[in-house]
Amino acid sequence: MMLHEANVKKSNWFAACRVEDVAENGGVCVKYEDTQIALFYFTRRNEWYATQNECPHKKQMALSRGMIGTKSDEPKVACPFHKKTFSLATGECLSGDECAIKTYPVKVEHGIVFIGVGETIE
Amino acid sequence: MRILIIGNGMVGHKFCEKLISKKLPGLEITVFGEEQYAAYDRVHLSRFFEGKTVDDLTLAPAGWYKENGINLHLGDPVQAINRTAKLVHTFKGFVIHYDILVLATGSSAFVPRIEGVEKEGVFLYRTIEDLHLIQAYAAKAKTGAVIGGGLLGLEAAKALLDLGIADTHVIEFARRLMPRQLDETGSQMLMTTLTSLGLTIHTDTNTTKIIGKKAITEMQFADGSSLKTDMLVISAGIKPRGELALECGLETGMNGGIVVNNSMQTSDESIYAIGECALYNEMIYGLVAPGYEMAEVAAQEICAMVDKAQSSARKQFTGFDMSTKLKLVGTDVASFGDPFASGDDVRNIVLQDTVKGIYKRINVSADGKYLLGGILVGDASQYNLLLQTFKNKIFLPPHPEDLILPAREAKKDNGAGIVALPDDALICSCESVSKLTICQSVSEGGCETVDAIKKCTKAGTGCGGCLPMIKDLMVHTMKQHGKYVRNVLCEHFQYSRQELFDLIKIHELKTYNDVLDQLGNGDGCEICKPAVSSIIASLWNEMVLAKGNDTAQDSNDRFLANIQKGGTYSVVPRIPGGEITPEKLIVIGQVAQKYGLYTKITGGQRIDMFGAHLSDLPFIWGELIEAGFESGHAYGKALRTVKSCVGTTWCRFGLQDSVSFAIQVEERYRGLRAPHKIKSAVSGCIRECAEAQSKDFGIIATEKGWNLYVCGNGGSKPQHALLLATDINSETCIKYIDRFLMFYIRTADPLTRTATWLNKMEGGIDYLRNVVVNDSLGMAEQWEQEMQQLVNAYQCEWKTAINNPEIRKRFNHFINAPGEKDPTVQFNQLREQKKAANW
Ligand code: SRM
Ligand SMILES: Cc1cc2nc3c(=O)[nH]c(=O)nc-3n(C[C@H](O)[C@H](O)[C@H](O)COP(=O)(O)OP(=O)(O)OC[C@H]3O[C@@H](n4cnc5c(N)ncnc54)[C@H](O)[C@@H]3O)c2cc1C
Ligand code: SF4
Ligand code: FES
Repeated sequence: MMLHEANVKKSNWFAACRVEDVAENGGVCVKYEDTQIALFYFTRRNEWYATQNECPHKKQMALSRGMIGTKSDEPKVACPFHKKTFSLATGECLSGDECAIKTYPVKVEHGIVFIGVGETIE
Repeated sequence: MRILIIGNGMVGHKFCEKLISKKLPGLEITVFGEEQYAAYDRVHLSRFFEGKTVDDLTLAPAGWYKENGINLHLGDPVQAINRTAKLVHTFKGFVIHYDILVLATGSSAFVPRIEGVEKEGVFLYRTIEDLHLIQAYAAKAKTGAVIGGGLLGLEAAKALLDLGIADTHVIEFARRLMPRQLDETGSQMLMTTLTSLGLTIHTDTNTTKIIGKKAITEMQFADGSSLKTDMLVISAGIKPRGELALECGLETGMNGGIVVNNSMQTSDESIYAIGECALYNEMIYGLVAPGYEMAEVAAQEICAMVDKAQSSARKQFTGFDMSTKLKLVGTDVASFGDPFASGDDVRNIVLQDTVKGIYKRINVSADGKYLLGGILVGDASQYNLLLQTFKNKIFLPPHPEDLILPAREAKKDNGAGIVALPDDALICSCESVSKLTICQSVSEGGCETVDAIKKCTKAGTGCGGCLPMIKDLMVHTMKQHGKYVRNVLCEHFQYSRQELFDLIKIHELKTYNDVLDQLGNGDGCEICKPAVSSIIASLWNEMVLAKGNDTAQDSNDRFLANIQKGGTYSVVPRIPGGEITPEKLIVIGQVAQKYGLYTKITGGQRIDMFGAHLSDLPFIWGELIEAGFESGHAYGKALRTVKSCVGTTWCRFGLQDSVSFAIQVEERYRGLRAPHKIKSAVSGCIRECAEAQSKDFGIIATEKGWNLYVCGNGGSKPQHALLLATDINSETCIKYIDRFLMFYIRTADPLTRTATWLNKMEGGIDYLRNVVVNDSLGMAEQWEQEMQQLVNAYQCEWKTAINNPEIRKRFNHFINAPGEKDPTVQFNQLREQKKAANW
């Protein structure tokens, strides 16, 4: 299964964890070198998303602990601190602020979850 | 073209925003601000004492200026203007050329000439800096005084009270408080209310001397009397900061205000002045809304200069309405239009209730057609509507007195509701958004929530005072377009909480996913998830982290701990009734020491340990449980604490054993999930040392048994609990509480405390008493049984969590590096303990 990685041609796929490590309909935090990535398994929609773990509002490493859901059909995550919401698909802030978060492509192969972390060789 | 702005206050910042939004080519914008901080919300300055940080008050996110290409120099006041060469000289030595200069220097506090004002302990109330100084000094002050009984003075006095100075005095020179906004009666009414809040008010009092060696110790007044005080805040009015303008020869006027025309231009056509430093038509506008209007006018003017095509549509400043609503003092005060209008051609309608502390006056033209102005004290809920009626010259209904009658009677459409407002009525005066714009954002822009309207129109993003009206307009417009507006949970559930509660119960649904599949649509969100989870927990009392329900919990419930600044968690073991053995105290100390936790006694008679890393939580709880502790549910919308006083066990006044009863009550309802948190207390006699009357349910011992009070609340709008039953025995008391809680859990909206729930209940406490005591709904027996089932199903969640490997695995920061702590977490040191680093 490959999902929304269309615009990253040459990703450096990083093996983050196994499918069953990730909470259903929730998120976990993945360590990639010095970067923290929030990885979400939207089980109800059978979709995977990854974003930066830091909430831009107060710079808290917390998005992976937030609740996920939808607004209309847009998948989103709500930061546990002040419930600012961000689109999981585009990273855009959905609660009226200017700040946006970075998103990463995700793919699952043989039960292993890979996050596309850069534009080096496949 | 280089635009140079002096002053980075509220209006200076708004001007930058306006200028940027016009997207003009070739502008170079430079700002010099004297303060250390980037522009912040001065209007809500006092919130600083409620725990807001400088960041919260800051108007633009960090980096905003840079992103928009604005050169911002903070902490660098401009010291001189050379108009011939068009140069400014700054404190740090910059000399910069301008094409257009904008003065937004605001004003400073007016300091009356009193001997001794320079002494230590005398403060102003204008900047964050001032507040830091006041806060530091207040810590050791027992008595405080404020000179000035106007808008700002009263706000400052309230702040001193909030800082813990119980003995605070207000000194007003005039014969009454808020002389510019209130008449004699209104002022009297306000004075009575403020006195009951703990302020001492001296009107008609002229301070002549401030006494003290180095620091103030006493104030002397013209009538020979005096007042001993530890500190003084001067808030007696404002003085426009026109000093730069005066020195460089611009025309200045009364008090130093910089004279401007209706394009905000000063006597030098390259120099503009806006905000509180500008003198228009011999008037200084000391409010933010007119300042914002001036910013718009000046921005348009500059726009027209750069882009000739835009020159026709320019706005002009023609004065501004100075109506005001006072915030924060603990009672409503507002005045609008001409509050004092009287005479032959005016009809004054007055409503006065000395018990409730309400005074309302409206001034109506003699022919009964127009509203001229008015005063509201004690209840300003009709302020917005009255203001709009006045500003838009709306014809009054046949009985204008209906406009100020209490909402209950006036509920029938009194002909002056939002519907009657003209399209161009200004609803949000901070951002100048009209009724039409708001309605169109709903009908054409598809906005169906207040948040959406805020985002799309900016209305309500300033002081927020217009939010209730925006909501009403939204509901009204939606209804007009045939949209059925119901009290539904969110876009995923077309039911109210009560409907959903009953449905989940009938269908015996036990997981969030089942509820969503059977009763809702879509994939859920952060509003319905915790609400549904709470209902499920209230109904079945199963472990909240059972698979599938874990990620439907609010983050605090999901990790069975409250997330705190920096991303660490707090640990609060249950200490029923506040009673604890020395052995257990030692365990808490040892655990805190071992895991490096900050400890504090809470306001709820127990001990909170802060700063725990996610991955340490299971180990910490393991040790606590080993020692006989259990979860305190500090993270859940659940029973928190039942406070106690020592009662008959030690106290010479005790009438009953309040500690034992508090423990019994706490152990009965521990873990009970509800629409919001619930708190209780048991006092051993009417001296009420456990503060039971501020609790959701409170119990006070009598000679014969207990008195039961319900629906009290602390929080931002404190409310005393009301008496539900008197002289009942322990068994009856528990029965009543069972029924009361089940009724609340079943019918309250999400996140509604019992006090608010009761406030919305038709029939109020009498109805509630009928249901609980007289069983008017015939539910008593069922509710008691249901409560007993919940009590029987109780388990300590933490115990279950640490013994279940699947759940335990979630308590790790990194999924691919278990046990490794979040390296971004930072602590500072304070009084020999750690604290979270500031954000
Ligand atoms: C620790 C404590 C302050 C302290 O250092 O003493 C505290 C700390 C918090 N309070 Fe409180 N409140 C504490 C006693 C109170 C009290 C006093 C009391 O209970 O006697 C009140 C007023 C009484 C009342 O609730 O009616 C109180 C009224 C609030 C409110 C306002 C509730 C309201 O109805 O308006 C909130 C916000 C909320 O719940 O939405 C709140 C929320 C919070 C939160 C949960 C804020 C947050 O999300 O982080 C804080 C969590 C700290 C933590 O992680 O443990 N806290 N809070 C007190 C813990 C008591 C305990 O042992 O459980
Ligand atoms: C406690 C308090 C409560 C208030 N409540 C309300 C309210 O409820 N409603 C309301 O409408 N208004 C209220 N106001 C008034 C409101 O804050 C002001 O009207 C508003 O801030 C005016 O904006 P301004 O930009 O003109 O001035 P300011 O916000 O004062 O900004 C002027 C800035 O210019 C700087 N400056 C001055 N000279 C120089 C120089 N030579 N070089 C560089 N910088 C300089 C100053 O340091 C300051 O930072 C309140 C004010 C206070 C203090
Ligand atoms: S502990 Fe309570 S009062 Fe104190 S800052 Fe937190 S929420 Fe506010
Ligand atoms: S830190 Fe994320 S919303 Fe405030």
